[in-house]
Amino acid sequence: MTHNSTSTISVARAIATKDLRIEWRSKVLVNQVLPFAGIVMVLFAFALDNDGILQRVAPGLVWLAVLFSSLIIVQRTFAIESADNALDAIKVAGVSSVGVFLGKSVALVVQLLLFECVLVLLSLVLYQVHLSWGGAVLLVTVSLLANVGLAAMGALYGGLGAAAKGRETLLPLLLLPAVAPVLIAATRATESAFRVGGATLGEGWPWVALLAVFGALFSFGGTLAFGVLTEE
Amino acid sequence: MNGVDEAVRLHNAVVLLGSFPALAEASLVVKKGEIVLISGANGAGKTTLLRLCAGLVPLARGEASVLGFNLATQRKEAQAHVGMLGHANGLYLDLTAQENLQFWGAVVGASAREIALSAQRMGLHTRLLATTVAKMSAGQRRRTALAVLVIRRASLWLLDEPHAGLDAAGRDEIDSILREATSAGATVIVASHELERAGALATRRIEVVGGAIVERGAQ
Repeated sequence: MTHNSTSTISVARAIATKDLRIEWRSKVLVNQVLPFAGIVMVLFAFALDNDGILQRVAPGLVWLAVLFSSLIIVQRTFAIESADNALDAIKVAGVSSVGVFLGKSVALVVQLLLFECVLVLLSLVLYQVHLSWGGAVLLVTVSLLANVGLAAMGALYGGLGAAAKGRETLLPLLLLPAVAPVLIAATRATESAFRVGGATLGEGWPWVALLAVFGALFSFGGTLAFGVLTEE
Repeated sequence: MNGVDEAVRLHNAVVLLGSFPALAEASLVVKKGEIVLISGANGAGKTTLLRLCAGLVPLARGEASVLGFNLATQRKEAQAHVGMLGHANGLYLDLTAQENLQFWGAVVGASAREIALSAQRMGLHTRLLATTVAKMSAGQRRRTALAVLVIRRASLWLLDEPHAGLDAAGRDEIDSILREATSAGATVIVASHELERAGALATRRIEVVGGAIVERGAQ
């Protein structure tokens, strides 16, 4: 009588499509998160009102703005599940928790990528950093791989905190320390992409490799842990 | 050992919400094909009983099995056969009714035809299907949630106040769907304060009193 269980890939596709459709319709990313990140970057510029310092720390500022804003994006991703208790409905439907994790992660990667495109453009204007074609290639690779790590940890801890009391404060406490390695590696690689402090492009690629390792580890760990943590 | 004709078997089941025993040594056997009405005062444990059967709350002590699956060890397997409609509707407010149905259809593997039939069955006409859930009335949301439940084709239906917010036609439609589901082999457990309405539908009534289950006999 009951339907046969659907594949993990089908579940992931359904979850990712649904999340992106909701974001497209509600425009929270465009109307709220982007302005927030823009304000943070402008405030950084005011606080470090010296061209030399700003250019030197620009990579770190960009990734800090990404990190803070990603907290809002992750919270939003799971708030839509708890608004009408859809999270319970998903659990009761007995669908693959790996599919849910992957779908959430993919939707987060796409949102973060679009978001970072705007932030990088903003940093070119506000912080007056230089970006060559080679630097742009490095930066796109860094963004892709860093987002995989951020999204995997975001989906894991967002899911864990979704049903918890005080989830708004719990998420930063869990997520920020966990993604610190991604922040460090992404910042170092971006320093090379922006040629900050005499850094060369070649110095950035080992950090990219490290980001790939983090992304793979976090995704694998998240795949294993998501079901167990969210079920309990 | 669980009988093959049993949909639910609880034996001295204890569920703790924090340190409070929301279910206190509750025992119950529901046979397949039954429609069981759960009554009881607010806070007696009706919703917790439904959530236990749905595998949404852990069993602290005792035994519980659903459709032959032990809830302590095979919760996920049991959930694949269970459909639940709680106080909330489990819908995405920024999506239209059609998009919600398509999402749940994709997740549980229902065909486009099944989705269209369930929408038609619950009176979700073209204009309503294109409306975002956030803009719907409570009754329209309930209808959409019920259409999702129909898509699930569950073997065990767990319903918490299913008639709430619905007009007379919607209420009649639910009753008809539930009777149809049981004739197709499903089992239904309904928690309701509307004893007259839900009682007419039920084959048996139980009452939850202070977390324990009291048999009230056949309807």
